[in-house]
Amino acid sequence: MEKELRERARELLESGEVGVVIGYGWNRRKRRTTPVFIRKPEEAERLVFNPLCVNNLSVYLTRKYPDIQKLGRAAIVAKGCDIKNIVVLMAEGQLKRDDVYIIGVRCNGVVYRQELWQGELRPEIMPVKCHNCDVREPHVADTVVGEPVLFTPPEEPVGMVFDKIREIDAMSPEERWQFWMDHFSRCIKCYACRQVCSLCYCERCITEKNMPQWIETSAHPRGNLAWNLIRAMHLAGRCTFCGECERACPVNIPLNIINQKLVLVVKDAFEHRSGYDPDTHPPLIVYDTEDKEDFIK
Amino acid sequence: MEDKKTEEGWEPKIMAFVCNWCTYAGADLAGTSRMHYSPNVRIVKLPCTGRIDPLFVIKAFENGADGVLVSGCHPGDCHYTSGNYHARRRWIVFKSLMDFVGIHPGRLHFSWVSASEAIKWVDLIDRITEEIKKLGPFMEYRGLKK
Repeated sequence: MEKELRERARELLESGEVGVVIGYGWNRRKRRTTPVFIRKPEEAERLVFNPLCVNNLSVYLTRKYPDIQKLGRAAIVAKGCDIKNIVVLMAEGQLKRDDVYIIGVRCNGVVYRQELWQGELRPEIMPVKCHNCDVREPHVADTVVGEPVLFTPPEEPVGMVFDKIREIDAMSPEERWQFWMDHFSRCIKCYACRQVCSLCYCERCITEKNMPQWIETSAHPRGNLAWNLIRAMHLAGRCTFCGECERACPVNIPLNIINQKLVLVVKDAFEHRSGYDPDTHPPLIVYDTEDKEDFIK
Repeated sequence: MEDKKTEEGWEPKIMAFVCNWCTYAGADLAGTSRMHYSPNVRIVKLPCTGRIDPLFVIKAFENGADGVLVSGCHPGDCHYTSGNYHARRRWIVFKSLMDFVGIHPGRLHFSWVSASEAIKWVDLIDRITEEIKKLGPFMEYRGLKK
């Protein structure tokens, strides 16, 4: 697979079809993988793909990284879940299909955190998205590398996140409040969740708008709640549940729970799943006159 | 319940975000018709329900509101054709989100009140004021100030 991947990257760079290949490479000690930006054909040997390749590289296609955009047309090594984010970027007019060359990789799942890797991919160390993955065969790609994967996702999604959502739904409002306050009070407002997210691409984030100061900048429970609510709200109907925000969070706030909750709400209310079709508008920018309004008096 | 005893005479603060064309006119009609309703509500007029950012609601709670009401034109009546349809979609998600983090559903209300529905407005305000009085001051959120 890696041979195929490198071959493909070399061809693309030699022909001048792309200016940069965004992929995964080993770090110096060969313990973890790290994003690499290949610009010369002979450097294509650095590309690797294995279960340690957890990063969602689609963030490098956004306008958050103008320096990368200057390198010319990009090719990107993307797993099915990463392609979902690219599809959302296309649906939102951030990218044209021709702007990016997608090298889809057939993926058997990745590890939840790189430090958990012991040389073997076991279900216990895989994130929830991998247990329910229906895009192990990349769904939008210019070329696909790797051996076909035999995996059928379970009919009902399984995993800790879904169990936890059911548990929270069954709680009283006071218990829920306590649960989230315990987590949000740890937030240090580092905005890693925003930086790592390929769908948080606003040039000026709401947190940076200070006339008036909409969201308090200090790491204080009140502002923390506002930030986490608004972050989730701005991703509603767009989040593809790639899990990068939770992985990047230095204080382990279970952001996946709140994201997946909104994914379920959107699916339930608007029958929309983000990341599958670049021609469907995100649900919150369109409307239907028949939307449910049982809660409106 | 204990709060009620200790805070004798406590009256809830309710923020109402309303649209200029329907609910504000409806509330105005209630006023010019000299109808009586609870004085607990503070109205903020906005051009359209589509202008009501979820952050306004969060900001209201942050600044000590015990309840929030969001109200606008009935579906199909929007002065800007589709503002309230967009707002409705947003509220569907936002309400679920607020429920999920444990803000009591009785503290956040949504309604359609047209320019002629002064009676509905009066009933609505009296009813939600009663409901929020029962819930007591929103100490959880105010507690975050410490």
